[in-house]
Amino acid sequence: MNLLDAAFYYCIAALPIALALAFMVKARVQQAFSDTKWRALPIHYAFYIAIAVILPGILFILLMSILHLLTLYTMDGSLLLIIASTLSLIGTIYGYKHIKPTFTARTSVEKVIRYLLISAALISILTTIGIVLAIIFEAIHFFKIVSLWEFITGTHWAPDDATEGNTQGMFGAIPIFAGTFMITIIAMLVAIPVGLLSAVYMSEYASEPIRNIAKPALEILAGIPTVVYGFFAAITVSPLVVEFAEAVGLHADYTNALTPGLVMGIMIIPFISSLSDDVIRAVPRALRDASLALGTTNAETIIKIVLPTALPGIIAACLLGVSRALGETMIVVMAAGLRPNLTWNPLEGMTTVTVRIVDALTGDQAFDSPETLSAFGLGLVLLVITLLLNVISIYVTRRFRSQYE
Amino acid sequence: MNKMVSNKATRRRYLGERIFKGATIFALTIAAAFLVFFFYNMITQGVSALSQAEILVDIHYNETSAKSYKKAVDKPYRKIVSRGWMRTLPLYMEDHPELMGTNAQEWVTATADVDQYLKGKPNRLKEKHKKKIDALEKEGKVKLAFNTNFFTRGDSKMPELAGIKSAVVGSILVLLVTLAVALPIGVMTAVYLEEFAPDNRLTQLIEININNLAAIPSILFGLLGLAVFINFFGVPRSSALVGGLTLALMTLPVVIITTRAALRAVPSSIREAAYGLGASRWQAVFHHVLPLAMPGILTGTIIGLAQAMGETAPLLVIGMMAYIPDTPTSITEVATVLPAQIFTWAGESIRAYEERTAAAILVLVTILLSMNAFAIWLRKRFETRW
Repeated sequence: MNLLDAAFYYCIAALPIALALAFMVKARVQQAFSDTKWRALPIHYAFYIAIAVILPGILFILLMSILHLLTLYTMDGSLLLIIASTLSLIGTIYGYKHIKPTFTARTSVEKVIRYLLISAALISILTTIGIVLAIIFEAIHFFKIVSLWEFITGTHWAPDDATEGNTQGMFGAIPIFAGTFMITIIAMLVAIPVGLLSAVYMSEYASEPIRNIAKPALEILAGIPTVVYGFFAAITVSPLVVEFAEAVGLHADYTNALTPGLVMGIMIIPFISSLSDDVIRAVPRALRDASLALGTTNAETIIKIVLPTALPGIIAACLLGVSRALGETMIVVMAAGLRPNLTWNPLEGMTTVTVRIVDALTGDQAFDSPETLSAFGLGLVLLVITLLLNVISIYVTRRFRSQYE
Repeated sequence: MNKMVSNKATRRRYLGERIFKGATIFALTIAAAFLVFFFYNMITQGVSALSQAEILVDIHYNETSAKSYKKAVDKPYRKIVSRGWMRTLPLYMEDHPELMGTNAQEWVTATADVDQYLKGKPNRLKEKHKKKIDALEKEGKVKLAFNTNFFTRGDSKMPELAGIKSAVVGSILVLLVTLAVALPIGVMTAVYLEEFAPDNRLTQLIEININNLAAIPSILFGLLGLAVFINFFGVPRSSALVGGLTLALMTLPVVIITTRAALRAVPSSIREAAYGLGASRWQAVFHHVLPLAMPGILTGTIIGLAQAMGETAPLLVIGMMAYIPDTPTSITEVATVLPAQIFTWAGESIRAYEERTAAAILVLVTILLSMNAFAIWLRKRFETRW
């Protein structure tokens, strides 16, 4: 029996017992409640006994799983089940003896709940640490095979040709980064003007009814799954781009960089518009009134007063948009192509970091092959850049907030 | 006013005002136009997948056709009737021995090429089969009927039999796991941070973490799922369990952030009134604050789940894009989800999958938009203005 099964069986057995005991204790205390002065309500005693039944076993199982995961010691599942049950039994007897009028059950229960809440909060930290560690560990494996310098300066990416011993010159990531930045730049060229101007219209010009329609409509754009954008880009937009390029006498690949860039730009519009809308509306009315009183037009007030005031917030919104674009996967997987290509021409196919990650991990390579590990190297780069962008944007928003609150 | 406008410089400024306002309207129009174009495009592509060609054929239930299923229908029909359907015949005969030796006339599923031919779309049907179909059509022996296969069957290598059922069930299982993990942990974290946590280093660290977690690209959660859940914990690959766990980590920050906002919106007078009646801090929170914040928490959870349901990238990495025709019955079996099904169909070279992809997209977008609409309705309905 493995650990997971043992934990599962334990829960199946312990939960009903705990529940039954809780009801029993509650009934018993309730019966005796009017005779003596009890220090807590019946329900608290019920919770107390339930915790006394479950907690010791669960803690033990958790401890053993941690030991197992750290590969320090692995206990046999059946043995684990037996020890956990014994501990629970001891807990039950110990807890049951406590059920008397002088015992303050509530404070004990609340203490346990407090630790439960704290451990839940710690999971969020563990997740982040987990992501960072998991990616760093695998990335280290990768950088043992391929030198970091070669990875960030090489211009040739051909993981298919790489074998266990020979990885020289196969993992130069420059073309991949170039594709990523090219597509991100195209996306931002669409998203920033359209998103920002929409936000200006909604917050400065639009009447209440129009605003009430426009804002949810933009939010629908944010609610469309990225795989749908990807299908749309590949099936509908890509042929249009090719036709258009042909009409003006240019040649475009079917998997060009322009298509995913455009569609990704549309996808990011709602992020930029809703964040910018918030900061523009946060600009104090008095600033606008003062400017308008000097005889400026609305446009002049917006361009010279409102937008500069809201600039830190708008920059933060754009940075978040950039980090979305960098990490966006489905649109580029479906429309950008797989071929690493170092070019300035957006009508050629280019590939991105996320495409290479998906491609490396969906093939039937062994988990420790150089190609699979390269996904973690690329993932590390992506993680570092997005975290950096996020930290900058948090810093910028903070400064903005302290100014006008 | 008129005098002022006659001034040349002022007129230019007013023109500037009109141009700027026009530009903002234009920007919003672009976004709106895209939305309209997108839905028009998906609906026109997807609607035709709701009908499927059927042919009226004579079926011979006998010993020969039980051995070789092709013999169940007359020769000219063999290439235009779905092979996937014919394959089910021997089993059907085994279950219904009373049919043996009889003939029946039934409407049966045609091949995808016949289907596409009838819908006037590109197909690989041979000339003689086209003539046959035209003839049958005149006799009224071919029709486009409602495509029940699309909703009652799983994925298939034959487009005419491909459906979304197994993907929908997979999505539901994944969402259940996500909900079971993200909701309790998220709400507990938010309650702790908002109501109990002292303002110290640890709390600040957790706050920064949650913000960062919300900004990490979804594909990196897939890398985490692969490295930690699959390789480290040994959770079965491609299962709804590993998919749900991965998506739960993604949904967690959404649940935490919205729950905190909902808790913050409950005025402190509620807490103080509870303390005044002798309640402890815990009783005040669990008996009064939390129930009042419930609508906000539910709204946030539904929005987070809708996001998780539309997510594909991390699931590709943990192997949930495999060809899975069977409907999963437990969370440890291999499963696929609706967005992953859309992705695999979008990559198929057979044209008949295209309309099915669009139809699956319509189903997915409808579900997601109704989830979001429901969340907004919930907020409007139960929102208390303090």
